[in-house]
Amino acid sequence: MTDVVMSSRGLQRSSLRRFVGNYGQELVVLLTIVLLFVVVGSYNPRFLSETNMNSIFSGNAYIAVAAIGMSLVIISGHIDVSVGSMIGVIATMAGTLAVSGYPVWVAWLVPVVFSVVVNASVGALVAYMRIPSIVVTLGMLSVLKGGLISATGGAWITDMPPAFMISQWRIFGIGTPVYFMVVLTLLAALYMRFSGFGRSIYAVGGNMEAARAAGLNPERTVVGVFALHGLFAGLAGLLFATQLQVIQSTVPPNLELTVITASVIGGVSILGGTGTVIGSTFAAILFATIGSALIFLNVSAYWLRSVLGLMILATVLVDMIRRRRST
Amino acid sequence: MSRLLKHESILAILTVLALAILAMQSDKFFTTDNLLNQGRLMSEVGLVALAMTFVIVTGGIDLSVGSILGLTAILLGVFWKNVGLPLPVAIGLAVACGSLAGFVNGLIITRFRVPPLIATLATLALYRGLAEGISEARSVRGYPEWFFFLGQGDILGIPVQLCLLVIAAITAGVILARTPFGRATYAIGANETAAHFSGIRVNATKLWIYTAAGFLASIAAVIFVSRVTTTRSDMGTGLELDVITGVVLGGTSIFGGKGTIIGTALGLILIQALKNGLSLSGVKGDGTIVVIGVVLIVAILASAIFDRNKGG
Repeated sequence: MTDVVMSSRGLQRSSLRRFVGNYGQELVVLLTIVLLFVVVGSYNPRFLSETNMNSIFSGNAYIAVAAIGMSLVIISGHIDVSVGSMIGVIATMAGTLAVSGYPVWVAWLVPVVFSVVVNASVGALVAYMRIPSIVVTLGMLSVLKGGLISATGGAWITDMPPAFMISQWRIFGIGTPVYFMVVLTLLAALYMRFSGFGRSIYAVGGNMEAARAAGLNPERTVVGVFALHGLFAGLAGLLFATQLQVIQSTVPPNLELTVITASVIGGVSILGGTGTVIGSTFAAILFATIGSALIFLNVSAYWLRSVLGLMILATVLVDMIRRRRST
Repeated sequence: MSRLLKHESILAILTVLALAILAMQSDKFFTTDNLLNQGRLMSEVGLVALAMTFVIVTGGIDLSVGSILGLTAILLGVFWKNVGLPLPVAIGLAVACGSLAGFVNGLIITRFRVPPLIATLATLALYRGLAEGISEARSVRGYPEWFFFLGQGDILGIPVQLCLLVIAAITAGVILARTPFGRATYAIGANETAAHFSGIRVNATKLWIYTAAGFLASIAAVIFVSRVTTTRSDMGTGLELDVITGVVLGGTSIFGGKGTIIGTALGLILIQALKNGLSLSGVKGDGTIVVIGVVLIVAILASAIFDRNKGG
């Protein structure tokens, strides 16, 4: 078939194929989520109950929000292994401020600003001093984690004022974290697609020297990306902090790995330069759905993590095979 | 080569400085007993760090070593207690399974071309999950007395596992610096495509290295179980970060192509000395983690600045 005689149906098919080609990973993840809901829901209708939906979406929204920032970092060609510790620090900081009688907006704002400043400094070390991001953030992980535990001694924070508990509000019966997740994902997706800065992130991640030759300032872009990542981590920390009536003042175990995995499963190539934030949000929802589905399918909780690991491995292998076929 | 040694000399000076300051802070630090005991404590991380040096020199990374350690420990307990195998057989089988886990990592990375960070991120969850699933949170204890020799005994006054670590370190150092295999490892890290076209068997080399990482993590697991006399599924959680910190502090470039076993050994000694010295001078355990993080960043920053001055 030549281009000239391509029928309208052929055109449609080719644009569909291009859509699938561009967003293949996102579609795979989305289909898996839908499939899980259908299969597990028909096995046990309580899986689709409002309470369970709320716990899947509301309870894990902070992971999706953190994964947005992580996706930006990975697209720019870097990584942050300290995000879990950062979220723990932000949560504790916010909780401490809230119970010490500071106005609620101070308790929200100060930790977020802290996160932005620290991450921007990490970005500066990475961009201007040329230190690999995995090394800087590995160091930062130790500093934040150790600092948090030695500052608090692991004491729990309770009795936070109700006005502070941002995660526990509901609008039209849906928890606020869901709104955060949806709105932030959409904003970030639009920003990445249409703003000059958003596209410069792809350019820098794809080929730093080419980006420089094209007149971009890769160093400034990287610092900006880390600052934005700090903002998302800050918001994720607040959602996490106000989820329960108690803040445990510890670093949630393996949170950084969950966040990185969400970004990568969502289609962000670890090599930088490609991926979307919508995919990472889908992937965060997928993890939560798998976790919940296993409980409803009466799979022993002890096997939960190995099933998750297998799913991650399967997704990655399918992605690699798909990519190899397309090139 | 002189540039390579530059980082190691900075590190050696840092280590001596740290040792001197710590010795002044507490008179318990520079005692034979304490130093030997510290050697005992760093053996598990040290063994894994040797293999991790090879992995990172090829430009890869292995995040699953902590999970392999946990899985091997659990299998060791299950094979012995639940299956009823004699303990030496159980140890052998568990180590074989741990090595297989490393081999699977290598297979995913070489056959399917999955980036090492992602592949081992997935197997980190998978292997830890298997450990949790198999053990169902039950711990195994009651091992026979002779088994504790490995983790608690001495040979000529030196902890058994420290002897093992020293032998393993010398072997690894010779392999990396003096054999065709070592040169292949550097070549892959410097430029994988060029290495391939120079006739180096890139995939086979990598497969060996990831299998070795699994093997050494399993040996570390056996020593760990013998030292603490019990097995639990959460053993070795976070080990990968300790190991990578030691290797990177030792001057191995995370981009591959650069790094030495001597550097890794110095990095490990510095970290262990800081941990121990600070806790002796009254800093709580978590405070020492902060110092290690700062030392890591400062050491890399310093060598980056030196490198740049030399290059520019």
